[in-house]
Amino acid sequence: MATTPTPGRRAAIVGGNRIPFARSNSAYAQASNQDMLTATIDGLVARFGLQGEQVGEVVAGAVLKHARDFNLTREAVLGSRLSAATPAYDVQQACGTGLEAAVLVANKIALGQIESGIAGGTDTTSDAPLAVNEDLRRVLIQLNSAKTLGDRLKALRGLRPGQLAPEIPRNAEPRTGLAMGDHAAITAEEWEIGREEQDELTVRSHHNLAAAYDRGFFDDLVTPYLGLSRDSNLRPDSSMEKLAKLRPVFGTGPGATMTAGNSTPLTDGASAVLLASDEWAAERGLPVLAHLVDAQTAAVDYVHGGEGLLMAPAYAVPVMLARQGLTLQDFDFYEIHEAFASTVLATMKAWEDPRFCKERLGLDAPLGRIDRSKLNVNGSSLAAGHPFAATGGRIVAMLAKMLHEAGPGKRGLISICAAGGQGVVAILES
Amino acid sequence: MSDWYRDFANSGVGTTITRQFGLPRPAVLRRYEPGEPLLPGPAVIGTAGGGRLRDALTRLLRDAGVPVLSPVAADGSDDGERPAAVLLDATGVTGPGQLAAAHDFLAPAVKRLRASGRVLILADPPSATDSPATAAARQALDGLVRSIGKELLNGSTANLVYVPDGAEASLASPVRFFLSGRSAYVDGQVLTLSAADVPAGEDDETPLAGRVAVVTGAARGIGAAIARVMARDGAHVVAVDVPAAGESLAAVANEIGGTAFQLDITAADAPARLVAHLRERHGGVDVVVHNAGITRDKLLVNMDAARWNSVMAVNLQAQLDITEALLAADGLLRPDARVVCVSSQSGIAGNRGQTNYAASKAGIIGMVRAWAPAFAGRGATINAVAPGFIVTEMTARMPFGTREVGSRINSLQQGGLPVDVAETIAWLSQPGSAGVNGQVVRVCGQSMLGA
Repeated sequence: MATTPTPGRRAAIVGGNRIPFARSNSAYAQASNQDMLTATIDGLVARFGLQGEQVGEVVAGAVLKHARDFNLTREAVLGSRLSAATPAYDVQQACGTGLEAAVLVANKIALGQIESGIAGGTDTTSDAPLAVNEDLRRVLIQLNSAKTLGDRLKALRGLRPGQLAPEIPRNAEPRTGLAMGDHAAITAEEWEIGREEQDELTVRSHHNLAAAYDRGFFDDLVTPYLGLSRDSNLRPDSSMEKLAKLRPVFGTGPGATMTAGNSTPLTDGASAVLLASDEWAAERGLPVLAHLVDAQTAAVDYVHGGEGLLMAPAYAVPVMLARQGLTLQDFDFYEIHEAFASTVLATMKAWEDPRFCKERLGLDAPLGRIDRSKLNVNGSSLAAGHPFAATGGRIVAMLAKMLHEAGPGKRGLISICAAGGQGVVAILES
Repeated sequence: MSDWYRDFANSGVGTTITRQFGLPRPAVLRRYEPGEPLLPGPAVIGTAGGGRLRDALTRLLRDAGVPVLSPVAADGSDDGERPAAVLLDATGVTGPGQLAAAHDFLAPAVKRLRASGRVLILADPPSATDSPATAAARQALDGLVRSIGKELLNGSTANLVYVPDGAEASLASPVRFFLSGRSAYVDGQVLTLSAADVPAGEDDETPLAGRVAVVTGAARGIGAAIARVMARDGAHVVAVDVPAAGESLAAVANEIGGTAFQLDITAADAPARLVAHLRERHGGVDVVVHNAGITRDKLLVNMDAARWNSVMAVNLQAQLDITEALLAADGLLRPDARVVCVSSQSGIAGNRGQTNYAASKAGIIGMVRAWAPAFAGRGATINAVAPGFIVTEMTARMPFGTREVGSRINSLQQGGLPVDVAETIAWLSQPGSAGVNGQVVRVCGQSMLGA
């Protein structure tokens, strides 16, 4: 499975920008994906003096996307202060979108096809697309294609009051009909992830994020938007006592452990990361925070294969480690996206489990334990929120800054699970 | 935020009414636009005393394309054109008797001065003589120029520049500033130059080309105007403001092709972070404008510690800490650096309900004067600019009566604009302003407060 890494130039992460993440239907209720992505790019432009600059490519995406946003990223570029001659394209890999966008940009830079690029993502669960009822859509298409009055009347006879109900996008897997949280609950039960450890992880996420804001860590990573200057989901006073009061929302029976506290809420927001060759950055006096060393995707058969929906990163990481000749312990920071506290805990438990590592990953020995003091040290999605496509950019820029501050030669691991049983992982190095 | 009264006073019916009733008649001021000539008309130069600067002034004006007329004769006969500027070279006056020559020259010339005209008097500083008679004559010019400022109509201004022996090379930049539209709201000011190495060949249109300028509090109001004017004059602006103001800060930076740097200047590590940022991104810094400031008004007896401390921290302590850190950072502050600190009329005149604010703004003046010799030693300058009533979003929220009175009690009978403060700061930031150091320049339209 492992291939030999190709030595060559690596893409530098120069910096990033995001807007504070807002809980659904709050501060950004009136903002579209394009609004948020444009504002985020403009914040990046202001931070790095890119006004009128033609960067090699802008790659971004959204998970919940209106049909009119077919060229979302290019439209955002045209509305931004970047040169209008900057090409752009959209990607979509569910919650992996943002990281995948960064990998795509980094790969083109590594290949020498572009010298600079911006990777990003945006998502709104407030300004979400509502589609017309499927039956109504058919009637309308038929009506539109009708040539005679008779045909039109015939088509109109297909109208029913029930067709007024719109199609609302659901946070559910199309093939199982289960919400992502329900899937995660199955995995949590399978791996016997307790309520207390989930709540502990949640409290730590909030406290870490609040502390990072307080010491100004996000001053050059976040630009306020629409009156919001910190993530609105952040609860600096979160505590085990408060979380213990919440009732489970996913899973059933007395064993249910997943609450609204230890699961990420629906969130609106956008992020962007500036990547470049070292030369491009040096020419402009811009910093190189870290390099993107490697990346890997994986997918699991959660429909019939008996694997958890969000377990794909557990498979992707060992492939990447083998390719790089690294062990799971060779990292200074771990950024494991907190879709649910239980997901992070199940993933780590799987890596420690000899049977899983042997039978599922085909490894002789388990990957082993992660030093928890290196995990999500500046908070993650449980506190910040998780606007699906924006999470990757949030993590890449933040981790790059952490590695830069820690000094040269430091290494960080990113692990992001995604809908459809997928996962995207990457390694950054300062 | 247009000045409705000024617009009314300058309308047809408004002109009649304001004249009939002797109401204030604020003029539409001549403000600088790139590409415009230094003066919209000719200048006239006269002397009182020895007049060692006259030839240099004539050359300076001719180089700037300004025709120089012969002095208007006592009988009012002249070259036919009305002057846009009247310059009096009073260097060399040794006693009050010689001031009669000043009167003889100024009276007919000022009478013929155009709208938005300029009266500029140059003299030796009173402190540079042991002779009481000479000092008296030189100091007399101070009272003269301030009174002329109050008599002038139609947006004209009067200012005085003291030029010590040996500081002649420093003259060009202040003379150009006071004659130009950049000084539209600078009136009744007295400036003392110092000897300095003044670089030659400055570009009038982009005097700040290639310079890196930090502007704090740049997200809105006066700070944003400073950033815009600095960028217009060629500087790369590092726009600084608190993280919470980041959205408008980014908009300002993008508008002017600068960069946004979100920083709480009162944070313990703020000076170090600014130093690191400037070193990494620009290798150094040429201009620092300490503009960020806050008000937390309350009468002294009702003021809590939080109000007092926050104003001191932002308005004064941060300026000290950041300037110290920049000076200490090896090679970061370029040799001919310019530091401009925004003080306030309140710091000069005091203001009811603003003990904290006025103290902080007066403190800035003390700081600037104390630091000036050290700055001169490295070819740099540090100056303060003290705005008077400047029309901003903040003044727009004042009660109507307070605002109207506040904006009219100055010689120009109107509030200044943020751009007026910005122009003055941009002028002090020019390499050519090397001989202006440790000065406090008020941008107040010759306010009656604290004068």
